[in-house]
Amino acid sequence: MALSVDDVRHIAALARIEVDAQEIAQVLHQLNDIFALVEQMRAVDTSGITPMAHAQDVVLRLREDRVTEHDQRELFQANAPQVEDGLYLVPKVIE
Amino acid sequence: MINATLLELSSALQGKRVSSVELTRMFVQRAQRTNDRLNAFITLDPDKSLAQAAAADARIASGEGTTLTGIPIAHKDIFCTRSWRTTCGSRMLANFVAPYDAFVIERFNAAGAVILGKTNMDEFAMGSSNESSFFGPVRNPWDLRAVSGGSSGGSACAVAARVSPAATGTDTGGSIRQPAALCGISGLKPTYGVVSRYGMVAYASSLDQGGPIARSAGDLALLLNVMAGFDARDSTSLERPSEDYGRDLERPLKGLRLGLPREYFSEGLDNDVAAAVQEALAQLRKQGCELVEISLPKTKLAIPVYYVLAPAEASSNLARYDGVRYGYRAAEYSDLRDMYGKTRAQGFGAEVKRRILVGTYVLSHGYYDAYYLQAQRLRRLIAEDFSRAFQQCDIIAGPTTPSVAFDLGEKSADPVQMYLADIYTIAVNLAGLPGLSIPCGFGAKGRPVGLQLIGNYFREAQMLNVAHQYQRVTDWHQRMPAEPE
Repeated sequence: MALSVDDVRHIAALARIEVDAQEIAQVLHQLNDIFALVEQMRAVDTSGITPMAHAQDVVLRLREDRVTEHDQRELFQANAPQVEDGLYLVPKVIE
Repeated sequence: MINATLLELSSALQGKRVSSVELTRMFVQRAQRTNDRLNAFITLDPDKSLAQAAAADARIASGEGTTLTGIPIAHKDIFCTRSWRTTCGSRMLANFVAPYDAFVIERFNAAGAVILGKTNMDEFAMGSSNESSFFGPVRNPWDLRAVSGGSSGGSACAVAARVSPAATGTDTGGSIRQPAALCGISGLKPTYGVVSRYGMVAYASSLDQGGPIARSAGDLALLLNVMAGFDARDSTSLERPSEDYGRDLERPLKGLRLGLPREYFSEGLDNDVAAAVQEALAQLRKQGCELVEISLPKTKLAIPVYYVLAPAEASSNLARYDGVRYGYRAAEYSDLRDMYGKTRAQGFGAEVKRRILVGTYVLSHGYYDAYYLQAQRLRRLIAEDFSRAFQQCDIIAGPTTPSVAFDLGEKSADPVQMYLADIYTIAVNLAGLPGLSIPCGFGAKGRPVGLQLIGNYFREAQMLNVAHQYQRVTDWHQRMPAEPE
């Protein structure tokens, strides 16, 4: 199924990746090449087959509800672009 | 020294014939000298490496060394290494200094190994040529015009060029096995769940697996012994009794059935690769293996299935890179959404963005069933192909790649061409099976050829047995490329 320029804009918005007007044609073309490859698998009849998410038949492990981590905020925030008083700074959200 | 096995290095260190400081300095200098040509390393930090080496020497002197104590190992730049830059080959993490160690790194540190450096890789492990790295491509040490393969290209190159005795890599669709094949060395992807993914930057969580890269089956076994093990911090880590992966190396091969999938020996396979692989199989038959023809009918479907599932998981895993808590942030933006949009547009390279967009689409409303769930159903059928095959054979054998290393730039214009070359490795990740590649000769332009062995779940020791027995009577794994001057 071939994508349109609008599809690309929509996906890019969902993925929060800016795709500018110059790039969009090339991105569309490359995505359509990939989807042409992917089309092959859509035709196969898989009725009655259970989807396989994981190689081993395992269940998510549970653990005791105890606090095991300790505060390392300073260490982790050393990598942050902008912090102040232990808070991560981002552009204003609410107008 | 540069051609020594890990056991030989260990013996030299324990016997005080060489110190870890001397050994580490030697490899660091080789890495520095060759990096302009090969570009195998993103980060070298001689001070840190030598400090670890000195500590290793002290440990050996006090009689508390283990096999890997004092040995320098190069780590793919996807493993978080505390206080070292960990970039994942991306601008997005170009200045990210990991605040913690990956499980794999913890294990090597506990064994007293030395971190030689962080190796170059395809950005966020997405690629088969190491050309998508923000830090430039890695060159094949056998032919500098050729790619090293990917995504663990830097690690494979470093080991092949004898710049590191061993290295770590990760494999999601072939990223250990394929560069090992293209660089003429040995690499192993364990059964999914055997090596903890804690601290291993995530690409596709149900497919990613860390593993060893070295120059012999014996070395792979030693490394896997250190890397394998249960880790509660990885929700997919398996709790299993610990094993010595080298325990069966010396077992005779008599009666072992090697399954040859007819789909791996048909159209698309280059003649030079086919010839080298056939010769290797003939050799294995001489050593007692029985060759059995088998079929993996869903082989071709593995590629579209992978290129739905892996991008889908990647789109989820890479959503965290938003310029807020760590990593790259765009210099200019108008508001929060714009910051996200520009940060991710600038921080990620083209291949990563393509895969995120594909993944976003196949998970989106209206397409999830037709693409993502369909791919997961096909994944089960692909895994069942292998289960059926393992009723007729013990180990599956074939070429690792359809051709030898291609030239730098040859396939970068057409992403799909690159994807098609993953045909023999990709299904193994979908099924979660173990796979390994060992060198078995040379093909066009003198570039190496790899033989792939695929085992049933948890059969790493058996696969290493076959690899070791083959390497006892052949010397492809001991061939060395000319020094890159």
